[in-house]
Amino acid sequence: MSRDRTLPILGAVLLAVVLAGPLLPQWALFLVTIAIAKGLVALGLMLLLRAGLVSFGQALYYCIGAYTAGSVGRFFNISDMLVQMLAGAAIAALVAFVLGFLLARYRGIFFGLLSLALSMILYGLLVKNEALGSTDGFNVLPSTVLGIRPTEEWVRYVVAVAGCGVALLATALVYRYLRTPLGRLAPAIKDNEIRVEYMGTSVRNAIHIMYVIAAALSGIGGALAATTVGHIDPDMAYWTTSGEFIFITILAGTGSVVAPFLGAAIFGIIHTVAFDLSPNTWQMSLGTALLLLIVFLPEGLWSLFTRRKAA
Amino acid sequence: MAVVLDARDLNKHFGAITAAVNINAAIEQDSVVGLIGTNGAGKTTFINMITGYIKPDTGSIVYRGRDITALSPREITRIGICRSFQIPQLYASLTVFEHMMMGLGVVLRNAGMGGFFSRGRPNVPGHDAPAEEAAERILERFGLSDYRDRNAQVLPGGVRKLLDIALTMASKPTILLLDEPTSGVSAEEKFGMMDMVMAAVKAEGATVLFVEHDMEVVSRFAQRVLAFYDGRIIADAAPEIALTDPEVKRYVVGGELHRMDEQQGRAHA
Repeated sequence: MSRDRTLPILGAVLLAVVLAGPLLPQWALFLVTIAIAKGLVALGLMLLLRAGLVSFGQALYYCIGAYTAGSVGRFFNISDMLVQMLAGAAIAALVAFVLGFLLARYRGIFFGLLSLALSMILYGLLVKNEALGSTDGFNVLPSTVLGIRPTEEWVRYVVAVAGCGVALLATALVYRYLRTPLGRLAPAIKDNEIRVEYMGTSVRNAIHIMYVIAAALSGIGGALAATTVGHIDPDMAYWTTSGEFIFITILAGTGSVVAPFLGAAIFGIIHTVAFDLSPNTWQMSLGTALLLLIVFLPEGLWSLFTRRKAA
Repeated sequence: MAVVLDARDLNKHFGAITAAVNINAAIEQDSVVGLIGTNGAGKTTFINMITGYIKPDTGSIVYRGRDITALSPREITRIGICRSFQIPQLYASLTVFEHMMMGLGVVLRNAGMGGFFSRGRPNVPGHDAPAEEAAERILERFGLSDYRDRNAQVLPGGVRKLLDIALTMASKPTILLLDEPTSGVSAEEKFGMMDMVMAAVKAEGATVLFVEHDMEVVSRFAQRVLAFYDGRIIADAAPEIALTDPEVKRYVVGGELHRMDEQQGRAHA
């Protein structure tokens, strides 16, 4: 990555969505928006993965973001998707800040399973909660943006553009964060925590901050998915949803902040095609794809762009 | 000269094992102190207590008039007491240059600079230069410039040792603790390496404590020797006096031979 074109790429993606959007069919816009939403979650997972942490429960914050977006509409009658995404990020970050005191103490399999357990607790709570629709969930208000209520045929386009804009803004902030001393610290934490402490900084504190950022990103993603799909249910916190995010993160690789979105898009395509070809065995196709990827591109898709000569 | 670090009546036991008994040592500013003793004599325990990794059972450590006994390793690093490791503690996936940037980045962050909203390239406190330049300068002092873009994983042993020490210099130590800086380095290279390290450290103006088994290295570089045996300091004097002390000769200097006997005995058992 000698020449860094990340920010121009982000701008080009937004421009592409804005310009190509009106030409795309509704289902394609839907796929793009969902890919952006899941890409945000994967971006958060990537931050953690850089420090050697795998969260098997990131769906916790995805679901919190979605339910926050839904609840803002259901209880306060706010349908503005920008407000919903902001609220989703804020609530997810708040929960992560509290849980972070516990999770930042753990590494490896303990961190992974503890995060999984927490997401399953949320799943259990939602299933039992009648006010939030129990296992059926509830519908999210039709999206509006800055007071504009788009017509039926334009709503997907507006949601895609607004979601893309917010996601790219968030990604640009993450890009900036990764260039601060704190952001750069992640690989060092992965390699040698003791030395990081002996350089004079707190590993636990650094992980806690990363964890909160990852949760906020997932919260935005969840809110965007909620307003895109128009319906939320407790499955958004289920462990298979978390598994999907890990799949996307591994598919993408940790090479760039753009990678998770590419990974999410490819995942969406594989998923859709596989489901179309064989509705009953689509998981098998996904599994095969992941297997091939791990064998041939262990550093993820992004390594195709950054083939560096071996050190 | 002013006392910069003062260890007072340090005691430490690990179960039945005695690691430190009534350790008293006042370290003067800008001095170079050699710590000698057989394996298990208490040298590394002493270093670990100073850097906060191990807490003494009783006693206190005072740094410039401040009791630092209860501080954590990272707090102690921040106030200027840094250490290197017998086995280099590096970041396997990072290059030599990235190591330095990592260390300097932490210094920036601890000073409240280089944060999310800061712009430009601020000077790193203590280095009077932006991080990139400070990193290049330290690497040059340690003769590591040629390895700048090499991954830590593929570096030769001696270079790893040097990088481990160079990384501590990013934190601008006032006291530098070197745990066996020449272990694993060939006999011919030892003196050259110590010359380079001492020159680099003195250029940064730090007080040095180093653990060393090679008595020639000790007598050449140390101004003062602390000889450890069984958790006690049995001699505290200039090298020419300490190294000829009968007790030191018996327990420490002659210990090399003694230890080899022991290891052979174990191998036969």
